[in-house]
Amino acid sequence: VSLVDHELARRVVERALVRGGDLAELYAEDRMTFGLGLEEGIVERPQAGAERGASVRVVSGDASYFGHVDGLEEAELVRVADSVARALRADARAPAALAAAAGGARHPVKTAPQEVEAARKAEMLHACDERARSGAPEVAQVIASYAESRRRVEIYNSDGTSAADDRTRVRLGVTVVARRNGIVETGHETRGGHGGFEIVAERPEEVAAEAARKALTMLDAREAPSGQMPVVVGNGFGGVLLHEAVGHGLEADHVQKRASVYAGRLGDELAPRFVTAYDDGSRRSEWGSDGVDDEGTPTQTTTVIEEGRLSSYLYDLVRARRDRVAPTGNGRRESFRHLPVPRMTNTFFAPGDATPAELIAGAAHGLYAVSFGGGQVEPATGDFVFGVAEGYLIEGGKVTSPVRGATLVGNGLEVLRGIDGIAGDLDIATGYCGKAGQRVPAGVGQPHVRIRALTVGGTAA
Amino acid sequence: VRAPGGGSGSDIEAAARLGVAAAVDAGVSDAEAWCEESVHREIRVYDGAVESLTDAGSHGVGLRVFLDGRSGYAYGTDLSDRGLAGLAQVAAAAASVSDPDEHAGLPETPGAAEVEGLCSPGLVDWDNGRRLELALEVERAARAHAGVSQVDEVVYADAQERVALANSRGFAGGYETTSAYAWASALAGEGADLMTGLGLGLARDPGALDPGAIGDEAADRAIGLAGARQPKGRRCPVLLDSFVAASFVGFIGAMLAADAVQRGRSLFAGREGEEIATEALRLADDGTARDGPASAPFDGEGSPRRRIPLIERGRLETYLFDALTARRAGRPGTASAVRSSYRSPPSVGTSNLTIEPGDRTVDELLLDAGDGLYVTDVAGLHSGVNPISGTFSVGASGRLIEDGELAAPVRELTIASDLVSMLRGVRAVGSEARWVPFGGSVHTAPVLIDEMTVSGA
Repeated sequence: VSLVDHELARRVVERALVRGGDLAELYAEDRMTFGLGLEEGIVERPQAGAERGASVRVVSGDASYFGHVDGLEEAELVRVADSVARALRADARAPAALAAAAGGARHPVKTAPQEVEAARKAEMLHACDERARSGAPEVAQVIASYAESRRRVEIYNSDGTSAADDRTRVRLGVTVVARRNGIVETGHETRGGHGGFEIVAERPEEVAAEAARKALTMLDAREAPSGQMPVVVGNGFGGVLLHEAVGHGLEADHVQKRASVYAGRLGDELAPRFVTAYDDGSRRSEWGSDGVDDEGTPTQTTTVIEEGRLSSYLYDLVRARRDRVAPTGNGRRESFRHLPVPRMTNTFFAPGDATPAELIAGAAHGLYAVSFGGGQVEPATGDFVFGVAEGYLIEGGKVTSPVRGATLVGNGLEVLRGIDGIAGDLDIATGYCGKAGQRVPAGVGQPHVRIRALTVGGTAA
Repeated sequence: VRAPGGGSGSDIEAAARLGVAAAVDAGVSDAEAWCEESVHREIRVYDGAVESLTDAGSHGVGLRVFLDGRSGYAYGTDLSDRGLAGLAQVAAAAASVSDPDEHAGLPETPGAAEVEGLCSPGLVDWDNGRRLELALEVERAARAHAGVSQVDEVVYADAQERVALANSRGFAGGYETTSAYAWASALAGEGADLMTGLGLGLARDPGALDPGAIGDEAADRAIGLAGARQPKGRRCPVLLDSFVAASFVGFIGAMLAADAVQRGRSLFAGREGEEIATEALRLADDGTARDGPASAPFDGEGSPRRRIPLIERGRLETYLFDALTARRAGRPGTASAVRSSYRSPPSVGTSNLTIEPGDRTVDELLLDAGDGLYVTDVAGLHSGVNPISGTFSVGASGRLIEDGELAAPVRELTIASDLVSMLRGVRAVGSEARWVPFGGSVHTAPVLIDEMTVSGA
């Protein structure tokens, strides 16, 4: 059953164009969420949400006019369409007839999480707590969380687009705090994807075990050194590096305003020939995947760096139109209350020929950054910062002592130029990406990657 | 507390009461409904024209229920009788999943403080044409500076928000706030010399914003950093500007939440009553400040807001408590339950963190620093600070200080210390305080720190 009847959708789009505009769009959403937390062995903060609403957007030239409303009743949709149309001053435009609904690739849901009893989800968190504490008296605290969501969205626009997507995501996260002789360290691990409860059903306690391992390992850490050195970045969540240092700068809104270091660089050789990178929102069951994006464009594989050359930016409809290219399925929004903007989906480096061991052996003296606590970039300059959550010294080509407090600072263009090895162990992890006040799920990933030299800011005196 | 302006304020108050009644009907022992309704507009301009214009309303309700020490939460956008009844069932079912906590429950002493000036009557006089003109003026001011190569983002936004809260112990209250803000991002320099600058202003209505000053600030910040290079590593005095000081203060405020303290997640655990900072530092959380963006008559669960001194002359006075953490500690609360929106249950947090200003201008602080670093931007605070040990290493940019004056711009550096050493190293707080929306809502002037480790090339 669709959220909005096709005939009503057609009328809303038509009304939105009564005072002109190049594109009118109706976006309808129904969202159900459930979440649960655990701390100090106690399951707490069970939270269930049910939201429905719609937004209307009219694009006229380079301007977007936008309004949204809670609820999907006819009167509400008509009111918001009329209100948005009032901002325009031209003559009415007739929309194209709506095509049959397109859905893009579906990501399988074997067990709908809503069908799984809440008690089982609570048991899962208890199992994580138990596993993290088992045999490790140093584990002082276990914080676990489970979240599921189902977002049904429909997009209708005056170009005739009619698209629907049904997105179910689940995610389990565990943070372990370990304490020994006044030293406190934390370890964090997540598992999630675009799919059903099956994603977390199998041995969820392994997520807790991994979080505990990280925290306990870091108890033996030394303060991180400072200075320039080779850095080997771990696979999986290490892909935050690509996401921050490169990906944001490829989003077409930054590029078109020349507020990106990658503006005007298409076709330029920015990295060695063995470096290829993708944004892929169609990758099956991946955390950042969808069937269609939030403008109804089917998600796709976009090669952003091909054998070292910058090959594509990431587009939504508005920016693609401006550059006269096809949209790449990157028009994403947090909810019906937000305007779509170009966003990454799952962004990752393609696997290379090396092994992680070879990369480390070739680094001589440097830093092995297994995973990051987070990162941030200024797209206009390419300057980025990452906090290393799990890191080790590399001494004489071997991984030695764990280090705490390491921060990597650098510049996206320098990092791309400085890549001197890529391993074959591609893995993609679950992240949340913030931009323009909107938070969306984003897959970050890569195989092990080595960078010739990066600035490490440590805490060692 | 009556919602000023009336209108549909009474509708959400009615919905809040109905939500509580529905929950009680669903068999819970206590219930609370938080209802919100807002009208907001956002205008983004670029190159002298509208980039986007949003004019929208939204509403929602969050229902918190208690049953035998178990608590559950459900939220939604459907405020109809049927919607609220359904939500009550969902909240009650959610509660059955949680483990009991003997301290869970509604606050014992609900009420509302008198807070003046939350709502400006001036906002309704502004139509979208005037709003657009204000945004364009911000952009023109930024572009008027010769050194500015681009102004990539200019945003103006305002909102009227109404809140209604009711609970099964007979509390019912509501209030209305207005807010307006504008910010701009400017770029200066070309190629490898390019740097960005942010300018911002916030107030209760657009009439109190100074668009020229916002544009100028974005331009001045970008121009001041253009051509920045990576500096050599060193240990030196560090002057944090208001934006950066606010980010750190916000982080420290979060670590003073009793929840973090009681659960061993805060470096301030066990330090109440101790000297944790120099005499120069006085920090309070003031939920009733007249111009405070987060001010309100009551907190997220209906306890009356007041001003809470946190650090007085260097001494840690108290943590921040909501009803749950206060009961757990066996002491009165501080009305510090916060809600990010109707989508989440209340949790312990800060309202308006305020650092008592000192008596020295920025120029005098630079002179005091002598040779050091003036930090105008930090990045990666949340991944770079260990909340439990307090050690941090964060990315930064700014200007070198040489002989008491601003010198070469620098970037791609990190500043490292630990929060306790930093608090004990506060040499002076400046006199030019302002509201900054980073790290929550913070009112602060620049802060001079004795010494930090700066890492660069």
